Amino acid sequence: MSDRSFIEIEDVSKRYRGADGLLAVENVTTNFARGEFISILGPSGCGKSTLMQMLAGLTPRSSGRIAIGGRDVKRAQTDLGIVFQDTNLLDWRTVLKNVMLQIEVRKLDHAVYLERARNLLAMVGLEGFEEKLPHQLSGGMKQRVAICRALIHDPPLLLMDEPFGALDALTRDQLNVDLQDIWLESRKTVVFVTHSISEAVFLSDRVLVMSPRPATVAADIRIDLPRRRPISVRETPAFGAYVSQIRNMFEEWGVLRRDAEAPALRLAAGGKQ
Amino acid sequence: MKAMRSLYPMATLGVIVLIWGLSVWAFDVPAFVLPSPLAVGKAIVNNAAILIPALRYTLIEVVIGFTLSVLVGGAIAVAIVSSELLDRSVYPLLVALQIVPKVAIAPLFAIWFGFGMMPKVLMAFLIAFFPMVINTAMGLRGIEVSKLQLARSMGASKLQTFFKIRLPHAMPSIFTGLKLSITSAMIGAIVGEFIGSDEGVGRVLLIANGNLQTDLMFAAVVLLSLAGVILFLAIEAIERVVLHWHVSQRSRDMVVA
Repeated sequence: MSDRSFIEIEDVSKRYRGADGLLAVENVTTNFARGEFISILGPSGCGKSTLMQMLAGLTPRSSGRIAIGGRDVKRAQTDLGIVFQDTNLLDWRTVLKNVMLQIEVRKLDHAVYLERARNLLAMVGLEGFEEKLPHQLSGGMKQRVAICRALIHDPPLLLMDEPFGALDALTRDQLNVDLQDIWLESRKTVVFVTHSISEAVFLSDRVLVMSPRPATVAADIRIDLPRRRPISVRETPAFGAYVSQIRNMFEEWGVLRRDAEAPALRLAAGGKQ
Repeated sequence: MKAMRSLYPMATLGVIVLIWGLSVWAFDVPAFVLPSPLAVGKAIVNNAAILIPALRYTLIEVVIGFTLSVLVGGAIAVAIVSSELLDRSVYPLLVALQIVPKVAIAPLFAIWFGFGMMPKVLMAFLIAFFPMVINTAMGLRGIEVSKLQLARSMGASKLQTFFKIRLPHAMPSIFTGLKLSITSAMIGAIVGEFIGSDEGVGRVLLIANGNLQTDLMFAAVVLLSLAGVILFLAIEAIERVVLHWHVSQRSRDMVVA
């Protein structure tokens, strides 16, 4: 296994069982390198989350092959961290205990990781909130806790399924910046599922643009913008070029209407930029 | 603040008792129809020697029946949630059982198990058991798929998933079941005693009814209600401690950080 092919996805398809036999993902083939930040970008309901679920071994694939670190994905993968759109924090546990859930379940050394948990929480600006319960936190803070929980056991791979989809625009921007910093520090392989074009371009080394259902890889775009990217990078022509390249694809599929057709609607759909 | 909260229902109760007493006095209601609150109080004191042992007996039935319903109900709920086969084969029967008017079975219990404590405990159990099963099963089932996926991605065992995620998540629902169950157990025990009993508050009620001792009937009902309220509040107190994190336990004026 070379570093270029830390994650191998070969001709993977997913057809849901049932009367209509919905085809969610069709013949996806790609490789992710170790340490790469990859976004899987596609319109809502295109099957990009399904692809991530198959990668995590949480949903069985119908055909094809997925391997992580050279090992075939057959069951739920545990050598990774997952962040869901719903933060999935346990309401009855404090912030610190939510992060430490990983350590308890995995039966790792409590004392060692307690220190690490505190450090992680401090890194995302949650120092002093360790003993708070989830309901005492804002949406953005909860998602930061969820990120800490996904990172506490230091996995090589971080999967994020539209983690910032439910947040307001400002909080989302801030979390994008913070996530980039976390990534720059840890250099984990991140697979980030999103439907926001600018979020994908801002965060990623590579953006996989998925077609509407069934999801196929419509484009594999390398984002060549220097790191660490400030939030203002979004106003640069280079950034704009990536965004419009991808937006054109969405417009061609009819996922986004062209400017001339309905400007007001386009503003709504592109508002997340 | 907490003491203040319980003042409101106490004040309401006081007003009701006052209206009751005044009405009895103003309309000159005969004591065998409606005794005054004062007469009821007197009846409690005068008949304490009968009432206290009777209440003790009934409460033992209630507590045993309730405990059984929690243990058996909880176990069945866990079983039907963890096995699709049991879910399909047992759950519909449980629902059917709920439709059977259990009060109608009580005489049968008297034939089978005589007039001792056993048929009353069974009656209490039978009535209290259903809310326990349904609420526990609902709570255990109501877990989000993504939380279970999270557990799988951590490599959690079935037991870990149950004790660290499913069970705590089900606790609010389980406490609803407990509270419904304790009040149902009370009904079950009294119904059992009505059918035929040598002891218990149900028997006191029957005898008092036969003698037209309305004040004694009221006395029995008041004591029974008091005991019921205390049992209910005891469960609520435990709930407040266990579910301090839950939305139902937050006071209205709590400020969210």
